[in-house]
Amino acid sequence: MCSASETRPAPVEVRGLTMAYGSYVVMRDLSFTISRGDVFVIMGGSGCGKSTLLRHLVGLQAPAAGSVLYEGVDFWRGSPEDRRRIMRRFGVLYQSGALWSSMTLAENIAVPLETYTALSRAEIREIVALKLALVGLAGFGEHYPSEISGGMRKRAGLARAMALDPEILFFDEPSAGLDPVSAHRLDDLILELRDSLGATVVVVTHELASIFAIACNSVFLDAERKTMTATGDPKRLRDESTDPTVRTFLRRGETNGGAHGGVKDNAHART
Amino acid sequence: MDDRTPASFEAARERDRVLVRLSGTWKLGAPTPAPGELVERLAAAPGASAMAFDASALTGWDSGLLVFLRAAFERCAAAGIAVDGSGLPEGVRRLLALAAAVPEQKGARTAGPRTPFLARVGESAAAWAAACADWLDYIGQLAVACARLARGAARFRRADLLLFLEDCGARSLGIVALISFLVGLILAFVGAIQLKAFGAQIYVADMVGIGMVRVMGAIMAGIVMTGRTGAAYAAQLGTMQVNEEVDALKTLGISPVEYLVTPRVLAITLMMPLLCLYADLVGILGGFVVGVGMLDIGVLEYLHETQAAISLTNVWIGLFHSVVFGILIGLAGCVRGLQCGRSASAVGAATTSAVVTGIVSIIVATAIITVACNVLGI
Repeated sequence: MCSASETRPAPVEVRGLTMAYGSYVVMRDLSFTISRGDVFVIMGGSGCGKSTLLRHLVGLQAPAAGSVLYEGVDFWRGSPEDRRRIMRRFGVLYQSGALWSSMTLAENIAVPLETYTALSRAEIREIVALKLALVGLAGFGEHYPSEISGGMRKRAGLARAMALDPEILFFDEPSAGLDPVSAHRLDDLILELRDSLGATVVVVTHELASIFAIACNSVFLDAERKTMTATGDPKRLRDESTDPTVRTFLRRGETNGGAHGGVKDNAHART
Repeated sequence: MDDRTPASFEAARERDRVLVRLSGTWKLGAPTPAPGELVERLAAAPGASAMAFDASALTGWDSGLLVFLRAAFERCAAAGIAVDGSGLPEGVRRLLALAAAVPEQKGARTAGPRTPFLARVGESAAAWAAACADWLDYIGQLAVACARLARGAARFRRADLLLFLEDCGARSLGIVALISFLVGLILAFVGAIQLKAFGAQIYVADMVGIGMVRVMGAIMAGIVMTGRTGAAYAAQLGTMQVNEEVDALKTLGISPVEYLVTPRVLAITLMMPLLCLYADLVGILGGFVVGVGMLDIGVLEYLHETQAAISLTNVWIGLFHSVVFGILIGLAGCVRGLQCGRSASAVGAATTSAVVTGIVSIIVATAIITVACNVLGI
């Protein structure tokens, strides 16, 4: 299912991006392209700037240098109207769902629809029911976020992210805080949605099982060198990368060649 | 055929089944046929027991098509018509299967029967009694914590206390000054109009002096601090409650009241008398500006009149007010914060009720103290 070559410009392209908080540089010289229909994973150890990179990709933080292009349009140099149009095509699932706690699940999902479309109340109700059914939460529309479990909150967040049928879905640590079975189901759901909707998916994660199960392409951020040290299919990187940090990361810290069998088997079982 | 062909369908009878041909672009926001139309066509073909699809003329789709098909399938199921979705695009089929995978949680939320009026009255009375018990519990815990503090055994960070002292002391001076200066000014203006009629402008000094020192300085400082510090305490503790920080203290065996509430209440109770004195002086200054600047009272004359009017008893009563207010504001802010629920809106509600509780209790306390002073003749 991974990347088919196309004539349209890539949905997301990052060129020479430097991320910084004030004078503190988090990462520099990031350049990669995310192709249409890919599941692209941003990986790296804790605190290396994965989430910061995601904040740059979804337009929450401006780059210190370099640019982020969506279908060839520079997000930060575009007009406010350009930015709005680009952001309209995003769906973002935040780490703990980020549902608005004063609204029911149905109201949460209705907000993007009410803001960006001229649909009637009845139509919005139908779409909300559909989205909740897609994430397996049919009938929970009247619940408040505080009344459901963490896994359900995440799925409801996904339903909200999908409300506008986005072309690009961003996930921040989708499996964090979920049990292995739920995490696996969420991974399957992500793949299913990618295949059926033809969306491009960008995932920030450090869960190896998840990385091998879903990723077509990836970028590895090295906290020590403050830049990206590898890019490509993570399974290939695991077997072929010459960079010791990347190999160690993808083999759960086991550096000798034969020790990664378990992970590999697991990945095969799930793909 | 391009992306802008409007969505439409045709239904054709083929032996015992109906073939539905979908064409055009079915997208949200563009006009799409209502699911009811499809059902009507089916009804117009009696004897048909199955429905199949042909999507070869479909140029584009999103959730709009899914919503239509879901509603149509539901009605077909109710009418006993079998649906064969194999002619639909693969993505549509898979999404519909996904949406149907988990059955709807029926009765996930059931609205209970309406409670009768008397039952509601009873419930709120019981809730009120429980809330009173809750308050007494917090006050008791605070008393225990204060007893430990007196023995030097209270567990909280001294650095926290200093931070709170700074925040409700030095950092509050600006706003307290502004408000009490203006209140002194207003008192003088209002009084001057009446007193001028008797040629007794000089008593503006008495009125502003006694008014500010005995009660207004404390009240104005109290109200400012309720909005500034009481609300901040409620928001801080409420957010800590949301983040499970309060639970983290409990599991460590540390009493949240001792660790979080004691330094806050202590800080505002220590600072309130000082703020009150400061508000008194600035308020008198406000009256002084009006008296000297507009009523042509001499500088020394005004100061002398003020000095003669204010007795030390008045000052003590004002300071007593402010200490009581400090305890009330701190307690209202902290208790409302600790009672907070676990969501963003609960933090907002806790902050609101901290301010309301604070201001109401300040006014009620003032009334009680005033009556008591009157009875005691001071």
